[in-house]
Amino acid sequence: MNSAPVTGRVGLRHQSAGIRRNMPQPVLEVRGITKHFPGVVANRNIDLDLSPGEILAVLGENGAGKSTLMNIIYGLHPPTSGSIRVGGRRLECRSPRDAIAAGIAMVHQDFQLVPTMTVLENIVLGVETTRRGVLDPATAERDVDELCQRFGGQLDINLQAVIDDLPVGMRQRVEIVKALYRGARILILDEPTAVLTPQETGSLFQIMRGLRNQGTGIIFITHKLKEVPDVADRIVVLRQGAVVGHARPGATTEQALATMMVGRVPSLTVPKTTVVPGPPMLEVDNLTVHRDDGTIAVDRISFEVNQGEILGLAGVQGNGQTELIGALTGLRPVSSGTVRLNGRDTTQVSARRVGRAGGTGHIPEDRHTHGTVESFSVAQNLVLNLCNRPPFARWGLLRLEAIRAHARRKVADFDIRTTSLEQPLGSLSGGNQQKLVVAREMRDGLQLLIASQPTRGVDMGSVEFIHHQIVQQRNTGRAVLLASYDMDEILALADRIAVMFEGRLIGLFPAAQVDRNRLGLLMSGIPA
Amino acid sequence: MAAFTQSTARFAAGLPLLLLAGAFLVEYAPFADIQPIRMLFGASILNFALRATVPLILGALGGILCERSGIVNIGIEGMMLAGAFAAFVAKTATNHWALGPSLLLGTCATLLTGAAMGLLHALFCLRFGMHQIISGTALILLSMGISATFFDRDAVAVGKFAPWPVPLLSEWPVIGPLLFNKPPITYAALLIVAVVGFALAHTRWGLRTRAIGEHPRAADTAGVAVLRLRYLNTALGGALAGLGGGYLVLEAVGQFQEGMTAGRGFIALAAMIFGNWHPVGALGASLLFGYAQAVQNELLLAQVTVLPRHFVAMIPYLVTVIAVSGLVGRVRAPGSLGQPYRRETET
Repeated sequence: MNSAPVTGRVGLRHQSAGIRRNMPQPVLEVRGITKHFPGVVANRNIDLDLSPGEILAVLGENGAGKSTLMNIIYGLHPPTSGSIRVGGRRLECRSPRDAIAAGIAMVHQDFQLVPTMTVLENIVLGVETTRRGVLDPATAERDVDELCQRFGGQLDINLQAVIDDLPVGMRQRVEIVKALYRGARILILDEPTAVLTPQETGSLFQIMRGLRNQGTGIIFITHKLKEVPDVADRIVVLRQGAVVGHARPGATTEQALATMMVGRVPSLTVPKTTVVPGPPMLEVDNLTVHRDDGTIAVDRISFEVNQGEILGLAGVQGNGQTELIGALTGLRPVSSGTVRLNGRDTTQVSARRVGRAGGTGHIPEDRHTHGTVESFSVAQNLVLNLCNRPPFARWGLLRLEAIRAHARRKVADFDIRTTSLEQPLGSLSGGNQQKLVVAREMRDGLQLLIASQPTRGVDMGSVEFIHHQIVQQRNTGRAVLLASYDMDEILALADRIAVMFEGRLIGLFPAAQVDRNRLGLLMSGIPA
Repeated sequence: MAAFTQSTARFAAGLPLLLLAGAFLVEYAPFADIQPIRMLFGASILNFALRATVPLILGALGGILCERSGIVNIGIEGMMLAGAFAAFVAKTATNHWALGPSLLLGTCATLLTGAAMGLLHALFCLRFGMHQIISGTALILLSMGISATFFDRDAVAVGKFAPWPVPLLSEWPVIGPLLFNKPPITYAALLIVAVVGFALAHTRWGLRTRAIGEHPRAADTAGVAVLRLRYLNTALGGALAGLGGGYLVLEAVGQFQEGMTAGRGFIALAAMIFGNWHPVGALGASLLFGYAQAVQNELLLAQVTVLPRHFVAMIPYLVTVIAVSGLVGRVRAPGSLGQPYRRETET
């Protein structure tokens, strides 16, 4: 822990000396940035250089401090100490406005677009052109069109469309145009590929290369190792808030980068034993589910999940996976069709009965809104769905000793790092919170595990652990339905893969028959 | 959003046209003598309706400026009452001046006091992170308390705004006396509706205001000074709501009474919601509520006995409740309404 910042600094001096010799003056110099949040050091003494016309990949796990660092550069967070120079001049960045004025633009991981406004309104917001005090959309439109033409169609968007109606890939395009419209010399892309299909990622990379060739310096933040060599000129690795290493693509390996990121040698693949699948545990027949706004989210879907098998449900976010899982777990009304669990009709049965009678475990998509209470203790969260029956309750009263014993066991078995069983869940790291949910759902008598985005926002160690747990369930003959927007997760774990697009299943294959490329095409609605 | 705006705009345009058509019928059609039609569309009821509408639309505009920026304003009533009281104090203190300057001073006092109330609300909500509904309630209690404590019951304000007939336009039949022979705050209110409606849609200020009300973080990262604009708009909104109260003293009644606003701030709040947070929609809604008050008033004056008096007195409130509850599903509040914006949250 203590030596990490030191190696970071030494490594960097070395590196930046090299850069100065054969590269132009850096457009961005970050020196000694440290950021304390209450109880956490998010960044410690970080140095970073970015040259014009360079793509710098900043690699790190969730929670490594990448986003915090970028938010500091962009003026959203004041640093505890350290300085930032842009084009040699010290930047006193008190708000994003100062950063924009200095030529910095940032595309945030969660897009910062006003959903009710049009594309054009979002692009000009903050830097509007007016004529006699009145907005001048015609001029703005012309300027944006000119800008987009420089990219030969790669950035074309309908400027009059309302953001709410646009798919994510398009929204990202809006964000990039917004950045360019501000005349950015430095472009920060925070996890831009998290929501994209491989094809969309490919076209994003083309745009990035185009920008680089026009002299823009780009900071590309990611935790996906595979993407880095494709596009980066240089790589900086962050771990626990500090720079732990530098690399150049071509001169390094995925394994080496992963080791730097995680701080030990991780296993990149999940070992799976051969299991002969048993009879179906979950049978879904012609299921239709509506969204809250009345539109169809799941459109006459049929599939089954067998015992001893992981069925991967792939698809870009927003294609009905959330609603499908809601319907399967009793959280959302079924419009038509049937769901059978272990041969019994469980269509439209309450979440409690699906879970209890059917032996279904559910790892919800977003643990902040479903499945946990952040202000409750670790022990309480571990019995949230069980606390009203023996052995955790008797005569309507909680049996605290049983609850504590249960918690002690789960914390040990699932390696949940907590200082005590009474600690509020919210104070645990994301990975440990997620492990807690996994621990609770993988209970005795489990027959079907429904895991939705089980490793989203979780550090690599926890990802590994959770993946092993899921495979373990399959190996012991349980049925697993795994929904994930991350196709690498699907490819690593699933025995069969179902792809959802606009509410329909557009493919269902044995995992061996699909590769990244084909899966990506399917996810964008192109049947193979 | 666009569809909602259209439907409220249609309503907002439809109601005045309906009332005007009625007024023409009374004037020219052969059945003008039919008592109920005269009662519902006569000059007396329509004038009363407009008088009741002005404070409502000013209050609603005050709410709109605040809420389109993302700050809940349940304290319109308090801002109006403070404005009314300030107008009265300024007016009585300068009774010995010529009427014009004295009324002008009253108007300034009412605007400034409203703005100060708005700033106070912004300070509570933005600086001290107070719950916005609590802060609004505090404003109401504050102005009720202050105006009751310092109200000098012997003081009398001398004079109020007289109608300013618009040359030529006021000569028009029916429309002239109804719309172009009014005191100044009435004109101002109608003008401000148009100005705010246009500005929200077509100026830099409007675009930024909509953005900070929908998604303050997006606005912040785009370089908009979210807090500063929220302070500004809350103060401006307070000034307009204050003017709505000042209107009662300076133009409608000429005096102050304890609790004078009598719930108009809450009806203005309803008008804002019913009008889908859009100035023109709010004008239509205010007119509806104003007209309901006028109907009540006419029925009481005419001593209609078909309905018991108490039920007649309920009409405006009933209309408000039905309008808001029946249509609430079709309006959409600004996205970040009521959520304090803090830049620095650890993610």
